[in-house]
Amino acid sequence: MRDTLLCIRRLYKEYPTPAGAFPALKDVNLSIGAGEFVAIMGPSGSGKSTFMNILGCLDRPTSGVYEIKGQNVSVLSKDETARLRGDLLGFVFQGFNLLPRMSLEDNVALPLIYADVKKEERRSRARELLCKVGLQQYTHSRPNQISGGQQQRVAIARALVNRPRLLLADEPTGNLDTHTSEEIMTLFTGLNREGITIVLVTHEPDIARYAGRQVHFRDGAIVRDEPTQENSGRNDPEEAI
Amino acid sequence: MLLRGMFHEASNAISANRLRTLLTMLGMVIGVGAVVLMISIGQGAQFAVKQSIDSIGSNLFIVMSGGATTGGVRTGMGNAPTLTLADAAAIRELPGIVAVAPLHMGAAQIVYGAQNWNTSVYGSTPDFHEVRSWPVASGVSFTDSDLRSASRVALIGQSVAENLFPNEDPVGKTLRIRQSPYQILGVLAAKGQSPDGQDQDDSVMIPITTAQRKLFGSPFPGTVRFVGVKAESAEAMPKLEADINALLAQRHRIREGQENDFTVKNLSDIVEIAVETTRVMSLLLGAIASISLIVGGIGIMNIMLVSVTERTREIGIRMAIGAREQDVLMQFLLEAILISAVGCLIGLVLGIGGAMAANMLAGVPVVISGGTVLIAFGVAAATGIFFGFYPARKAARLDPIEALRYQ
Repeated sequence: MRDTLLCIRRLYKEYPTPAGAFPALKDVNLSIGAGEFVAIMGPSGSGKSTFMNILGCLDRPTSGVYEIKGQNVSVLSKDETARLRGDLLGFVFQGFNLLPRMSLEDNVALPLIYADVKKEERRSRARELLCKVGLQQYTHSRPNQISGGQQQRVAIARALVNRPRLLLADEPTGNLDTHTSEEIMTLFTGLNREGITIVLVTHEPDIARYAGRQVHFRDGAIVRDEPTQENSGRNDPEEAI
Repeated sequence: MLLRGMFHEASNAISANRLRTLLTMLGMVIGVGAVVLMISIGQGAQFAVKQSIDSIGSNLFIVMSGGATTGGVRTGMGNAPTLTLADAAAIRELPGIVAVAPLHMGAAQIVYGAQNWNTSVYGSTPDFHEVRSWPVASGVSFTDSDLRSASRVALIGQSVAENLFPNEDPVGKTLRIRQSPYQILGVLAAKGQSPDGQDQDDSVMIPITTAQRKLFGSPFPGTVRFVGVKAESAEAMPKLEADINALLAQRHRIREGQENDFTVKNLSDIVEIAVETTRVMSLLLGAIASISLIVGGIGIMNIMLVSVTERTREIGIRMAIGAREQDVLMQFLLEAILISAVGCLIGLVLGIGGAMAANMLAGVPVVISGGTVLIAFGVAAATGIFFGFYPARKAARLDPIEALRYQ
């Protein structure tokens, strides 16, 4: 049995609306082990984005417990959750979210500024990760000078630069074509092999197939939680690497 | 977050939109430039007024014989022949008096060789040097024995020396005042302009007895028009003013309730008024200039607010990757401070340059003091922090989820 990295128990999230509290998450229980690759699936409005925001410590649950490595996140202050995001989590967004004014190297090194890492080390780590995602020749380019797939690689490099335990990817292939999506998913699979836990939100079954476990949300609750069927995909993720 | 890293981030953000940054800075440049220029000019005016007033002499009273009122007709001050050398001598006896110089003067044509010149001739005593803080530059002054014998000796001012003796040393030469020969004992030090703009160096000084008896004459022998009195200290002046009034009233047998036939003027009051006037003027200039500084600050705030809105998504990203509220706050605050500091620096250079140009081209007196520079810089920093804080806090308080969703 692997160590538990994330533990969610009896999680509720309600949004206030003029018509009363709207329950976005209802009694969610989930445990994710270190090194797992989990795909979160579900239609729009199923609560999966809300769930991701809570996983990413960007939002707080109305009630319930969310623990990362045994630490209850709900009791942390804003600054402490910011530190947690910087130290343990890496984010990959659908829209890449690179800063357009900065070189790719600076974009990748950005999280290290907030972790008080010295300039020389920031630079060498940023280069190392750009190398890892295969973009070492674009160190000084701007985000608008490279393709979408390349931008997403840079975003992944940025998410990895502070050596996080958990990578949170929100529809990372939503803006990419099929071929590029496969490349990105291959990259994720490789990272997962190296031991990084990945939680990925997607609504495409083809993408979810790369994950080892699929969790389905509907109307704010988990309706299905099962390992990916090895024979159900047209591609075995192991072969795709 | 490391300060160096933050500084780097801030300067990056500022240089990303150069035109906008420059325009924002311009408000600060104009504000600080105007403040520095105006204060420099104000202080220059203050300094010039003070200098020209100091040239009269400090801690001074002037006693004038009053205007005589005869049958309802009042004459101007100094016309009634009531003030005498004996009055001056009596004032000299009062405690707290340093020097007393009775004065009798008029205009006269003076001649040396082929040159002639019209100038003011002052009859006074050697105390005059002390009262007017106006020493002899070369040669010597006349003595009490010259006074007693009403001898024909003279001290000449710098302008007279320049006009009558362009290429020679006037000391020891003899010039003619209204045809009579006077031996030049010395040349007075340069004095410059009086507060009302007259050339004080265009004058000749002779013993007052000579002026009274030989040069100007008088239907009332022994009378003088003014007496200059120098007090020991500024603090002693109010009491001395009363003392002089009492003494002269007694000597002139002025009865209780009767109007004095003399006037004691405290020149320090005039000095104070003049200095106060220019001080108020420079304050006013500074205040008006400060308004432009505030306008500049509002410009910074405006742009920072726009910038925060524009960069909402960026703020969200930064928060997602580990920026704390204070990191975001400091970043935007630093941007505002950087803009105002650089603007201030440019404004300072322009303001000082402008003041120097005004001084050189238009002869406007200016004083550029370290204090002015310091104040301008402090105000700029304060403006940056004050007007930068609200937008920066707005940025720091953003909800990261909302910020990330912002298009």
